This record gives sequence, C-alpha cells and structure tokens, in this order.
Amino acid sequence: MKEEGSEHNLFTARKISRRKWLLGGAATAAVVMVQTSLGKMVQAAVPESIVPPLTDSTSVKEALIVADPTKVPGRTPSVSGMPSPYEKVERLPTLTSSRTPLQDLYGTITPSALHFERHHGGIPDIDPAKYELVIHGMVDKPLVFSLADLKRFPSVTKTCFIECSGNYRSGKEEMSPQEICGLTSQSEWTGVMLSTLFREVGVRDKASWFLAEGGDASVMTRSIPVSKGWDDAMIAYAQNGEAVRPEQGYPARLLLPGWEGNTSVKWLRRIELSDAPFMTREETSKYTESVKGGMIRQFSFVMDARSIITFPSFPTQLERGWVEIRGIAWTGRGKIIRVEVSVDDGRSWVNAELQGPVLDKAHTAFRYLWKWEGKETEIMSRAIDETGYVQPSYQELAAARESKGGYHFNPVVRWRIPRSGKVVLST
Amino acid sequence: MYKRILINRYVVALLFFVISAVVIIVTTINRSRSKHPDKFGIGRAAKPEEIAALDIDVRPDGKGLPAGTGRSAAGKLIYEAKCIACHGNGEKTETPLLGEALFLNEVPGAEGASNGVVASSEKAAFAKASSEVKASGNAKASSKGKASAKKSSGEKGDRSSKTIGTYWPYATTIFDYVRRAMPYNAPGSLSNQEVYDLTAYLLYRNHIISENTIVTEQSLPQIVMPSKKKFVEDDRKGGAELR
Repeated sequence: MKEEGSEHNLFTARKISRRKWLLGGAATAAVVMVQTSLGKMVQAAVPESIVPPLTDSTSVKEALIVADPTKVPGRTPSVSGMPSPYEKVERLPTLTSSRTPLQDLYGTITPSALHFERHHGGIPDIDPAKYELVIHGMVDKPLVFSLADLKRFPSVTKTCFIECSGNYRSGKEEMSPQEICGLTSQSEWTGVMLSTLFREVGVRDKASWFLAEGGDASVMTRSIPVSKGWDDAMIAYAQNGEAVRPEQGYPARLLLPGWEGNTSVKWLRRIELSDAPFMTREETSKYTESVKGGMIRQFSFVMDARSIITFPSFPTQLERGWVEIRGIAWTGRGKIIRVEVSVDDGRSWVNAELQGPVLDKAHTAFRYLWKWEGKETEIMSRAIDETGYVQPSYQELAAARESKGGYHFNPVVRWRIPRSGKVVLST
Repeated sequence: MYKRILINRYVVALLFFVISAVVIIVTTINRSRSKHPDKFGIGRAAKPEEIAALDIDVRPDGKGLPAGTGRSAAGKLIYEAKCIACHGNGEKTETPLLGEALFLNEVPGAEGASNGVVASSEKAAFAKASSEVKASGNAKASSKGKASAKKSSGEKGDRSSKTIGTYWPYATTIFDYVRRAMPYNAPGSLSNQEVYDLTAYLLYRNHIISENTIVTEQSLPQIVMPSKKKFVEDDRKGGAELR
C-alpha cells in the first residue's frame, strides 16, 4: 500500500506501519530497535505497549521506535484516547469487588475506569433503548420513564463520593491505601433529582419509605426513607461527563450522596413507595454492624468522617528531606472543616491545608509540608466535619462499638516510617 | 398648603404604581426563570400488569407473599439439588464456601457469631433447640470465630457465623431473597412452590420451626426470628459523640 510505503520512509524503519503503531499493545517489556538522535539504530528495553504489535507472521518481538520524538511527527488524533502506556494504574479486583488505587491518584476525581466496584450478581448488559424505570406504590399516578424521558427533566450535577460501608481492612504491614479502604471513589454525577420524579408521580403524604430495585442478577433492593428522596437523591445517568459506566449502573442508577454505597442502587429499574421498610436481605443480614451491648445496628446510612494519608504510604520508599504529605478526607454529613496531621506518633497534631473549594459530601484533598530527618516515626491524619465529629482512633472506635471491625468502621490509619524509609501500615 | 398636599398625593400614587409594576415584573421573571412546574407531563402511565410483573418484593407483614404452603421435606430435596454446592450442608469446611453458610450443624459459640453478636442467652436457646449439640462443638466454633475475627473486617468478615438463625431478623426476607436472586447461577428461576419449600427447610435447619411445620403466607410473617430483638436503629447524629 502506498500509504504504508510512505510511512516507512517517514520513520526510516522497516517493521512499522501506521496501522500497527495506532493499534498499541499490552504493557510488557520488549527489546526493540531505537533510533538515536544521530539516526543510529540501537537496542533498548521499552514497554511493549508503545511498540507496535507484530501482527504478521514474524515471531521476533522487535520493532522500531524513535528515541527523539522531536525528530518525527507523532501519532494522529483518534476517536477515543487512552492513558499513557507508561502509566500502570489499576483497580484491585476480586470476584465481587474491585478497589480504587487511592495512592496512585491526584486531586479528588476518580477516573471512571478506576471507580471501585461492588456488585452482587455481576454487571448486567442493559440496552439503553429498552431501559425503563417504574415508580409505583403509594403514588397518585404510577409512571414508567425511559432513559430519554429521564434526560428531558431538568438536570443537576453533583460531585460527591460513593463509599462502600464495608471499607476497612487491616492485619498486615504490607497494605496500600487501595487495600485498606479502596472502596471509595469520587465522580461528577449528572442526572435528575428524585424529588422531581416524586412530584411527577405524586408521592402521597403517608409514604415514608421507598424500595429501590436494580435490574441486575441480584435484583438488588434497599429500603430508603422518603425524606432522602426529597432531600438530595438523584437518578444519575452520567459520570464525569460521559454516560455512567456499566460497572456503575449503566444506564441509570440511584445516587444518595453521603450514604453507604449499597443504597445507591445501580441499574435502577423500580422504585416502590411504601409506609414501611421492606427488610431486604442487604439491609438486615448484610449491611448492619455489631454495636455496644451485643446489638446489631440497622439502617446506618450516613458515612462518618474519615481520612487517609495516600502519600507517603505503603509501598512508598521515602527519601529524607522535604515531603509533601498528601491525602483525602471525606464525610457523609456535609463538609470537611479540618484535617489534622500528626508526624510524631500521634503526640501532637497540626492542621493540614485543605484544597478548595471544599464540597459537600465529597473527597477533599489535604496537604502538609514536612521535613523528614530520617528518624523512625508514625504519621497519620484525622478528619473533622462540620458537625464537629472527629475521626476516631482504632482503639476509641473499637471501645465505643465493642467491636473489632465490620461495616462503618472508619479509624485513623497510621503509617510507620522506619529509618530505612520503607513505609508500612502500623498494625 | 392645598397645592402641596395635592402634589404629595400624586407622588404617593406614582410611587405605589412604580413599586407594584416592579414587583409584578420581578415575580414574572422569577417564575419563568427558576420555578419548576409541579409536573412536566413526561413519562407514560404504568399498566397494572407491568407493575405486577416487576413487583416481587415481600414485606415483613406478609404484603407481597403469594398464597402457598412450604414443607421442609420437599425443601430438603431442592436444597440438595440446587443450593448445597455453594452453601454446604451445615458442616464446617476447610475451604471457604462459594456462598455463605445459611445454617450450621453445630451451635456457634458466642465469639463465633460476628464479634459477640450472639449473646450467651441466645446460645443457650440454641443449645436447647438443637439435639445435635455436643460439648466440644462450642469450643470448636469459638476458636474458629476468633480466627475469622482476627483475619480482617469488611464485606467478607465472619461469613460462617451470620446464619439465618443467628442473624436474620425476619423470616419473610428468606422468601423475598431466594425468589429474587437464587440460585446464583440461575437467579429468579425458582417457582413460588420451590421457594416456599426452601423457606420451610431453611427455617427448620436453623431450629426456628420443627421438621413438620408447614409454612404458609399467613404463618411466615408470624414467625419471630431469634435475632430480631437485637436489631436497633441507627442513633448516630454526627457531632462529638462516638457511636
């Protein structure tokens, strides 16, 4: 082909074509021929993903790239971009969940591809053209809304976190923020206020609860107080500027800002207004926690204030000198008003700097500039929200609950920095 | 004097007119800009049969339960055919189950049940209910419970100890959940009859009802589950108090 021929001339290379170059590849290392600035070809190990895959019969993992990108024209635009092949930031998946790599992120928006997952019957494949949301029960007029219908209503956009209430793990030193509490993520959500739909169907005064039901294989159900529906609940169909991702409830999900993630029912297919909770499996045998006196606490919707230092954290190898301690703090009860950091095992606390604007029920970035002289110490952060709630230590929380863990467990996370600078979780 | 009063009257009338006009204009603008209509007329009426096809939920008061009868003997056969592979048969296993244990042959110890959720009085009640309990059973279950509590918390913590008998506050939830989501590889495939029979079997294996008790749409909501009394509503309110 003529175009491929000219491409060869352009790259002064034999084994590359535009098509192959654009296709990209998996991120493994490969030994390739590299053109130096002097035009000489040398061998070098580079991520294979930046090397065009050899789709023809050759078995040699060898291709040609340029060492000096100023000497050849770069790639042309494409229909959809990808992260740089040099970046390897990933969720940590199991069969039923995947965790956000908090230690690898910047700012407070979680890239949609890295939003944590927790589903109970897999990710359903839903045709948006066939999607319907039914609202019925204690209403004047039961209605069915298509996705197009939902998008016709006045829209709202809100940036907030979603956190699974079972989001605390510990037990060994080699644990990253992703492993400890990676079941929290933040997006800019767009959709229609549930209150708008409540008015449309005419929710009756006696309705005090509603059932939210998903269209996945678990047909997920949660009972929600109607007051949350009138307050700030949304039906979200967009996430970070694009359609909600399949893992996050495509084509539309419930969004209950500040409440435990399970209540923001994904793939929402039905809402039933009622005068009593339904006592579904998830709100009785699952998302409940043991509290003082051998009791089991139920309908604990709101996520308490919490924070974690994401740098330095495991597996950081810390260098002596100036360190910008970085982290995120969040609360389901409104805004974070203060984050305190301790760099001396919790003996003294100083205010961290908050990155504004501080949003309601949202991950809030904090920073604290510190000079590490190489002495062994433990560093930690604690969040304070606008209700005056102070994130507790593990010991305080365990004593108050008479429990060692479980849902809604949000203790201060301590990082131990030994003289070697190899940061580990303090256990 | 007279002239002055007249002018003042005109001024007052003019002022009144101007203020009224401004109020009317501002109100009109506000209305057109930001006030939602109460209804937009978007969406179509839901047909009763459409709602009926989706409305599968069952409440603790029995609302939503179809008419039917469940027998544990029939439920046992269904359980062994469709459930046992993931949920086991109440035995303690070395390898974790794919699903969770819904009942245990041996009575869980106090610590075995989710960090002390099962109180000792409950333990005694179970010991009374089950004739299979052996003295060594408690000790074994207790040490296992300690190990799982130590492991780590989170959505998978203490799976083996939160059985229907120790942790589920309403019997109706069994019917609702099994019908909507089980078995895992064929969710929503069970008939109402199968779900009733399974419900009876699960209640029997958890020592809630006897082997021959028949479960019906009237009796299921009447069953008082052992853990119900331990459930309390959330009392956290933010602020300084830690709960």
